[in-house]
Amino acid sequence: MSLEYVLTVVGMGVVTYIPRWFPLFFLSRRRLPHWLVEWLDFIPVSILSALVLPGLVTGGEPRHVVFFQPELIVAVPTLLCAWKTRSLAGTVLCGMSLYWLVGKVML
Amino acid sequence: MSQSPALRHNNVISILKEGIAGGWPICLGYFPIGIAFGVIAQKAGFTPVEVAFMSLVVFAGSAQFIGVSMLAAGAGIVPVVMTTFMVNLRHVLMSSSLSLHLGNMPRGWLSLFAYGVTDESFALNSVRFRGSSWDWRRALVLNHTANGAWIASTVAGGVCGGFIPAGAFGIDYALTAMFLCLIVFQVRGGLYVVIAFISGGVAVVLSLIMPGNAPVITASMFAATAGMIIKKMRSSREGDAAS
Repeated sequence: MSLEYVLTVVGMGVVTYIPRWFPLFFLSRRRLPHWLVEWLDFIPVSILSALVLPGLVTGGEPRHVVFFQPELIVAVPTLLCAWKTRSLAGTVLCGMSLYWLVGKVML
Repeated sequence: MSQSPALRHNNVISILKEGIAGGWPICLGYFPIGIAFGVIAQKAGFTPVEVAFMSLVVFAGSAQFIGVSMLAAGAGIVPVVMTTFMVNLRHVLMSSSLSLHLGNMPRGWLSLFAYGVTDESFALNSVRFRGSSWDWRRALVLNHTANGAWIASTVAGGVCGGFIPAGAFGIDYALTAMFLCLIVFQVRGGLYVVIAFISGGVAVVLSLIMPGNAPVITASMFAATAGMIIKKMRSSREGDAAS
């Protein structure tokens, strides 16, 4: 490992750690205003949706909208499974096996 | 000798057991991504030790992929570090949201917990904190279980990645299925569905025109703000109707 690599990785680590650490350290002991608590309460569902949806309905290079791809087709029964079973384990296994099956069928 | 429920709740063994068990979908999902990262890094000329060092120090999936490809292309330290910062800035939102649940966590442990805040651990912990049996100790164990799985799978990819068939058993879909399930668990009323659609829709549009993770930050801040406005409008309309 060269010194330059070590320094680069440490730099990457520091700039990754600070955004993770700063709000936890300074917000967790504080009584936050009501509107901020409410806003932060909406953040998890927003982030999850923003993380997952582009991967379901877009693809390719350069990126464009693709509707009928396995990711989106499998998402529908996966969501239903989560809704009906309320089981994380069941839903992950259901999604994986359907994705595998759809991959086999479409090839 | 039987223990009281409170004692059993604070028992180190049960904390470890529940924290590790809580992290299993992440471990499963990290496996193919970690292997892929290890293979790419190895092809770009990085040794397994270098891969392990980066996974331990940075612990961030997409930033590591980008970092390795930039380094392989000859980029210097400043652009790589700047890009990493931009890509991982979204964690500010996640840590802010998690801070609501961690008021009683000692600050030393809090600083260790912060190291393990990722998209995946954030998603799982946010949902579990809504239940009564989850606490910061279990959340901490979950974060570090995920971290261990990430380091192990990236190193495995760097050492012997070429021999593992890609896409086996739909494992590439594990994290997507986990996120979809956790979205469903987060929905506590119609407003949350609306917010999910706003955020997802904005993220899709932005992902077509913006690179990397910028769409995630912009879309979720926009959707959370929209959610607050909708809630306010609703309650003021109800107030009008009542008066």
